[in-house]
Amino acid sequence: MMETLPDSMLDSLILAGCCLIPMNYIYINRKYVIMSRPRPLSPHLSIWRFQLPAVMSITHRITAVILTSGTVLLTAWLIALASGENSFELVSMIVSHPLGQFVMFGYSVVLFYHASNGVRHLFWDFGKGLDIPGVYASGWIAIAVMVVLTVSFWVFMFFGR
Amino acid sequence: MARSTNSMRTPLAKVRGLGSAKSGVHHWWHQRLTAIAMVPLVLSAIYLVFRIAGSNYNQAISLLQNPFYAAILLLLIITGFWHCMLGIQVVIEDYVGSEWGRITSILIVKAILILLATLSALSLFKIVSI
Repeated sequence: MMETLPDSMLDSLILAGCCLIPMNYIYINRKYVIMSRPRPLSPHLSIWRFQLPAVMSITHRITAVILTSGTVLLTAWLIALASGENSFELVSMIVSHPLGQFVMFGYSVVLFYHASNGVRHLFWDFGKGLDIPGVYASGWIAIAVMVVLTVSFWVFMFFGR
Repeated sequence: MARSTNSMRTPLAKVRGLGSAKSGVHHWWHQRLTAIAMVPLVLSAIYLVFRIAGSNYNQAISLLQNPFYAAILLLLIITGFWHCMLGIQVVIEDYVGSEWGRITSILIVKAILILLATLSALSLFKIVSI
């Protein structure tokens, strides 16, 4: 709720008690206005309820950083393969170890999330689905695609061959 | 304002380089192009992973010596690392406040990624020529 004050009251108010009264004064339309409470400053993450688009947006970035860091593993695998049979066997051992499998699973989830949500970004770049319902719909579709891709990848890895 | 009387630098020289780098569109466009290119490349690479998983050394080498698989992998290395470099640059630009910290960290990360890309490509060349 807002309450307007005459300009003449302004100086005395500000000088006398502005610091004592927990209220905000802002200047709109040549009048000083008391705001009922301090307005939130962006981004103020702690008071917003859970919002899918925001969470998916930062997850896209986090997965990007993880994927970029993980290129070390791709390079290591190629170097091992190029270095001969012994290093190849070592890498095969690491990859088939439960911990290695866990890392591989995590990397696949991250890759499929970033790929799926990346295609969502491409649709936005074409100007498609930029309204609020569209953003939510494509968000859930991207998550579903990620789950389907991850599950089918690992099902095929274990049972398909 | 900060007009120093004993400076030999002209006002033009002081403001040069402070405007837009005129490469933002190029950066944005290449981020998208590499993203689109990686859709078929990653799908092909996943197929390659299925083929390689569980194979022994000789089978893996002979698979990668297939020119089509080698081409897919080489293109994925080029496109993927390029996409990484463009993306990580934006992340650093958004979160690192100081200009020197920003420029330094971008250069270091890009140098590491270029090194990894070169190592990957050279390893692939060696695998192909084994």
